[in-house]
Amino acid sequence: MRLTCPYCGPRDHQEFTYRGDASATRPGLDNTSIDDHNAYIYDRANPDGLHRELWNHTSGCRTHVIVERNTVTHEVVSCQPVGPYAEQLK
Amino acid sequence: MSAFRLNLRDGVGTNLTDKTIRFSFDGKSFYGQQGDSLASALLANGVSIVGRSFKYHRPRGVFTAGSEEPNALVTLHNGGRREPNIRATEVELYEGLIARSQNRWPSVNFDLMAVNQLAGKAFSAGFYYKTFMGPARKGHRATQFWWFCEQFIRRAAGLGKGTTIPDPDHYARMNAFCDILIVGTGAAGLSAAQRAAKSGARIIVCEESARAGGALNGSPDFIDGEPARDWCADAVAELAEMENVTLLTRTTVQSYFDDNTFLAVERVTDHLAHKDKSIPRQRAWNIRAKSAVIATGALERPIVFAGNDRPGVMLADAARSYAVEYGTAPGRAVAVFTNNDTGWLAARDMAKAGVIVTAIVDVRTDVEDSIRALGDECRASVHTGWAISSAKGLRGVRAIVIAKYNELTGELGDESKTIACDCVAVSGGWSPAFHLTSQQGGKPVWDAELQAFLPGEPLQSWHGAGAMAGRFGLVQAFQSGEEAALKALADIGQAPSKRSAKVGPGPSIEGDEIDYAPAPVFEINSGGKSFVDLQHDVTAEDVRLAHREGFVSVEHLKRYTTLGMATDQGKTSNITGLAIMAAASNKAIADTGTTRFRPPYTPVAMGVIAGEKYGHLAAERLTAMHDIHLEMGANMYANGPWLRPESYNLPGETVEQAYIRETKTVRAGVGIVDVSTLGKIDVQGPDAAEFLNRVYSNGFAKLPVGKARYGLMLREDGFLFDDGTTWRLEEHRYLMTTTTAGAGRVMEHLEYYRDFVWPDMKVALASVSDEWAGIAVAGPKSRHLLKACVKDCDVSDKGLPFMGVVDGVVDGIAVKIARLSFSGELAYEVYCGAHYGAALWQALMKAGRKYDVVPYGLEALSTLRIEKGHVAGPELNGRTTPHDLGLSGMVSSKKEFVGSVLLRRETFSKGDRLQLVAVKSLDGQRIRGGSHLVAGSKEEPGRSQGHTTSTCFSPSPELGCYISLALLEGGFKRHGEKLYAANPVRDAHVAVEVLSHYMVDPDGGRMRG
Repeated sequence: MRLTCPYCGPRDHQEFTYRGDASATRPGLDNTSIDDHNAYIYDRANPDGLHRELWNHTSGCRTHVIVERNTVTHEVVSCQPVGPYAEQLK
Repeated sequence: MSAFRLNLRDGVGTNLTDKTIRFSFDGKSFYGQQGDSLASALLANGVSIVGRSFKYHRPRGVFTAGSEEPNALVTLHNGGRREPNIRATEVELYEGLIARSQNRWPSVNFDLMAVNQLAGKAFSAGFYYKTFMGPARKGHRATQFWWFCEQFIRRAAGLGKGTTIPDPDHYARMNAFCDILIVGTGAAGLSAAQRAAKSGARIIVCEESARAGGALNGSPDFIDGEPARDWCADAVAELAEMENVTLLTRTTVQSYFDDNTFLAVERVTDHLAHKDKSIPRQRAWNIRAKSAVIATGALERPIVFAGNDRPGVMLADAARSYAVEYGTAPGRAVAVFTNNDTGWLAARDMAKAGVIVTAIVDVRTDVEDSIRALGDECRASVHTGWAISSAKGLRGVRAIVIAKYNELTGELGDESKTIACDCVAVSGGWSPAFHLTSQQGGKPVWDAELQAFLPGEPLQSWHGAGAMAGRFGLVQAFQSGEEAALKALADIGQAPSKRSAKVGPGPSIEGDEIDYAPAPVFEINSGGKSFVDLQHDVTAEDVRLAHREGFVSVEHLKRYTTLGMATDQGKTSNITGLAIMAAASNKAIADTGTTRFRPPYTPVAMGVIAGEKYGHLAAERLTAMHDIHLEMGANMYANGPWLRPESYNLPGETVEQAYIRETKTVRAGVGIVDVSTLGKIDVQGPDAAEFLNRVYSNGFAKLPVGKARYGLMLREDGFLFDDGTTWRLEEHRYLMTTTTAGAGRVMEHLEYYRDFVWPDMKVALASVSDEWAGIAVAGPKSRHLLKACVKDCDVSDKGLPFMGVVDGVVDGIAVKIARLSFSGELAYEVYCGAHYGAALWQALMKAGRKYDVVPYGLEALSTLRIEKGHVAGPELNGRTTPHDLGLSGMVSSKKEFVGSVLLRRETFSKGDRLQLVAVKSLDGQRIRGGSHLVAGSKEEPGRSQGHTTSTCFSPSPELGCYISLALLEGGFKRHGEKLYAANPVRDAHVAVEVLSHYMVDPDGGRMRG
């Protein structure tokens, strides 16, 4: 599999580290509900089709990328940067 | 069977040169010729039995001439290079090659294990499941009978044995990029390569064998008026010259992954007698191709009949190849058995090379006159509408019995004849080798006309050519190769202009015109033992038995019978097995379906996959002080990728004596230790303080400039993640240290929060682990040592209090000094730019000379922190919380942080969790790490109540015995209890007493002093 890093261009997936399901978002610091945190940590969909994934280009520029990927065909639909510099990269 | 070397002349032995080569097989010396494969050389020497079968230990001979070989598996070489299960058909002969047969005892010609044949019925499909599965026992669903039989079965089963000696060779990994990858260099691959190369595209061409050309090498046809072989040699030479072409021979494209990524394995030195150590043995090529042309040809399949595994039975095209290319008659009298025209061609070519072809048996009655004429050409007796009912002979074929064959019913008539022969060349048609495209997901489609599966629709940019795509014969191969190249060029946006994009007529071909489609005959069922999968000893009857027992899906069939699951992955048996299954279930082959191929295409050496990543090939990380450690006599110890001093042994000292001496010196005087391997992260920005406050469980918001703080990091689930000190260097700048092992994952953890969770925070992170060298100076005299060498700063208790950080200069080197203690003594960590690490070490050693400073290693470092009750990796094991380790005081109740919410889960406050304690040995015995803490004696230990984590011998006056940190159920309330540290694997059962883990200086007076 190859991913397109917004800084570095198309690179082999071995340069990236998978950081989990990008649709799981952390509850805010003021949210102290154990259930909400449980859901953030443990509840995951197992979609048959499009899946949003967070990857870190650890052996490259170390930018995080949200990869939209089809779990059936393995097609990578998009690679979007996230983080403080994401807007400048788009 | 009695194969022999033919008289070599023009067109016979085209692969061979005059050079004689000596090699050994099963300890006996033989001679072959340069250009021989091990299989052809063995045949030329009349060696017919080269191995024993997997289950029944039946004698087996060479069956093919390529990588699809199921039978002729041998073990090569001795010592660290010993390699089992290598296909003799693929091994290029060289001077001094050592090979051995496998799976036999005492010898391949006389194998006692062959008694298994007598128990044939017992070993039928599903034998293991039926005999050995039962109610659970010892945690497995295995019967008592299994536990009795296991050791015997394990000894008898399996193929060759590997070695435990390290591999002396090294392997390389290549990253390659190209416009078009061409797999295979037969007529189709060559034609595609020529067309693609002409356009200027960057191409890589891979050929599995030593010589490019595929079937052209043994073809009797003429191309553009030249013998095919000569035409091919010129074409290959021309391609290899081109700048935009990389031609790799001895390179098998093993795997086809997503995004047109391929793994190819190049065998660089395997065929050489002299192994040049500077050259890798094999190279793994990761090839990223924009498009690909797959021209991997087709594999001949056999027709299954009784006794078809006898040495002497081989595929017709292999027999032809041995005669023509290797100048070796596969037998003194060869009978050909076929259901298609290619068998006849093989017979004619063999006869032309000087092989006696006694008979041609074809199941078809309707055979073209032009094909029949080939039979006359080789003066063989021709039997059309007949089939082999069995092959006779025990240790090799002696005769075949043939009978009239009814094409409609598949039944044999009563009339039979016996034909004496010692080799049966059998052809059951051709199966396109679409393994690569199947790997990437294309579903194969059955073609009833060709009686073959063809590759399905591409999911990525690849194009099939030649026999692989069902385009058989040279004319079709050349044409389809060019077509595939043009399609690939179009895919990558380099389509040639309309005029030049026309597929040319190709070179002119003079040769036989035949029909490649076989009659739909896969098996002659005459009742005897007839093998489908030769390597796994799966018979046609096993397939039918599986069907009768309800295993009707091909996936179940495969797993129940193990058909196609051996090292050859059923290259010559899959289709036949499917056909027999389809017939048994009265279904069409198309409806039965086929299993998906998985990478790799052929077995691959582990070394080439591991490359330089693991074991003795792995890269090592060295600190700036590495050479000095070696000069001072350190034993180096692998700590992850780092090499670190374990201890500095004086002459005659053991490691244990050395670390005890080092520990005592630190407690009484002063010692220094290299701590450069700790992870270091530079954290900057106006929000840095708040960011640290969120990722650490203890408060960081109010840490003043010039101070350091010990911090705990949790995962979101509340478990401990890492620990370390963070130094506030400036208002908006911190230096964070992490554990050595945690450096990488802590950095990723922080980046996740910075980029994804709180992207609005103004904070920047940079790994500076390699920028700094660090040395800890520990012991009551450490301040004296620093005073003796540090300039430009005050290191007195007032100038540099506990947890203070100052800048200074040592011997002209700018340093940062933090007063931190891992050992529990008065101690400092001195950091400098990594390039000055060695100089700083020497300066500190020099300054410490009058205080009798010693360098200390990991063992002493560990002993000091265990005595002090400081936690490290073995305690931060991913299953402990701060509360479990007595660090509740480090959990802030004034803020929320990563892990704070789930740390409040009810289960974490239960008193029976594993809690940190220490244990000391009561009987003078050593306590081993990972020992279980039990209440009972060695005979009746009772259940495990916890385990030891970090162990050492404590030389401190208050202890003077073996001690260990441990995690014990409800341990905080069990100080003073007597237990045993049990390690049944090492036969140890040590009486211990539970203590508080604060063993030395519990109130911390020494480090604050």
